[in-house]
Amino acid sequence: MPQHILVVGGGVGGTIVANLLARSLHRQEAEISLIDSTGMHAYMPGWLYLPFNRVETDDSQLIRPERGLLNNQVHLVTGEVQHIDTRNRELHVRHTLDKDEIVGTGGASEATYPYDYLVLATGARLVLSDLPGLMEGEGKWHHFYEAQAALRLREALHRFEGGRIVITVGGIPYRCPPAPLEFTFLLDEWLRKRGLRERTELHYLSPLPRVFPIESVAEVATPLLEERDVKYTVFFNTEAVDAEHRVISSLEGEEIAYDLLVLVPPHRGAKVIEDSGLGDEQAWLPTDHGTLEVKGLSHVYALGDATDLPVSKSGSAAHFEARVLAQRLIAVVRGEEPEPEKATYDGEVMCFLETGRNRATQLVFNYEHPPRPPRPSQYYHMEKLLFNRAYWHIVPQGLL
Amino acid sequence: MPEQTEIAIDKEIDARGSFCPGPLMELIRGMKTLPVGGTLAVLSSDPGSARDIPAWIQKARHEFLGAFPEQGYTRFVARKTH
Repeated sequence: MPQHILVVGGGVGGTIVANLLARSLHRQEAEISLIDSTGMHAYMPGWLYLPFNRVETDDSQLIRPERGLLNNQVHLVTGEVQHIDTRNRELHVRHTLDKDEIVGTGGASEATYPYDYLVLATGARLVLSDLPGLMEGEGKWHHFYEAQAALRLREALHRFEGGRIVITVGGIPYRCPPAPLEFTFLLDEWLRKRGLRERTELHYLSPLPRVFPIESVAEVATPLLEERDVKYTVFFNTEAVDAEHRVISSLEGEEIAYDLLVLVPPHRGAKVIEDSGLGDEQAWLPTDHGTLEVKGLSHVYALGDATDLPVSKSGSAAHFEARVLAQRLIAVVRGEEPEPEKATYDGEVMCFLETGRNRATQLVFNYEHPPRPPRPSQYYHMEKLLFNRAYWHIVPQGLL
Repeated sequence: MPEQTEIAIDKEIDARGSFCPGPLMELIRGMKTLPVGGTLAVLSSDPGSARDIPAWIQKARHEFLGAFPEQGYTRFVARKTH
């Protein structure tokens, strides 16, 4: 009897793990299904560039159908998981109409999917109501953490004729710690090219004692900010936004006025995690740092942004986690003991940090070794650009 | 400074091996969802935490209850005061 493995979430982590499982496990060993709410797969790092260039939100560099990225042996179900029942080991799913590839349900709009093993790759969502002022001020502040929002930011930048732009985060944790700093460097460059830099004050706010969590990176980034005349304030934990009067305030008691605000919205785990009573107060899943099992549950694993692991919420972490989780699940399905070196996550992450002017650095680290970022160079910038394109051909498929 | 054994911990975050975003961000995240009066312990193997964590707690006007060395890491304990 084949084991049923369900993967919830068709982002980079879910897609890689489904593909690796399908390539290794025979049909008699396991049936692998992936459930995704939209059936589309987005390359989120691409949104950072959307405010600055002419690519459209439906460009194939930014989004593609999930079906084309999946091994033929993976059943794709397009629908929203309404409830995760870990006691009976089943998911209640509401299918998205007109886009179904449903196996064995006769086209029903809702169905129950039993599982033997469950992988929750449900990601993170933006929750505006977690920061006072964001909902009321919608349209009067900006971000690039969704394609449409990045487009609205592009429009706002095109209308911008000078003043103060404030860049910061509205909650912790958030996806991709480098992104706000990268955006600042790219914005500085863009304003200079448009002849607006002299009329613009850029102000970067960090909740930490320095401009970036990693000290060695902050030591590189801070002089670059100073050299480009970007003002920065540390120990600024955003408490509220008054979009009407254009003021952002911190829990440390500081208030800063702005003309344009770019703010990373607060994040939480997926709604279904919250509704199913599985996560912590922000709906992150308590996850074992090495085995990726969800604590307190059996036969349930988590990876990517959905976990509470103390690694950056990034595609890179999800990618490395997916590789070891696939090894673990292959062993478990076969009744074998997972090999610790191959089936245990060691905290590995590799990501780029753009510093503008065609330069970038690279952060490589794991639980044992902190990053030692090289001096920003054109080499790493080119590597990042190449990766942005190569992604679609080698990453979701599990070939890297 | 109270003895570690006297402090009841409401929430513990294991941030050992965390470099990005790092133990300080884990502490800020933990404090955010803690009820007022609650205590949080963060485990860190990052030497920078010895400076970063007490500094942030002081700046955010919470109560720093101590840094307790263990085998290969330190347990930082704080109480949320507002």
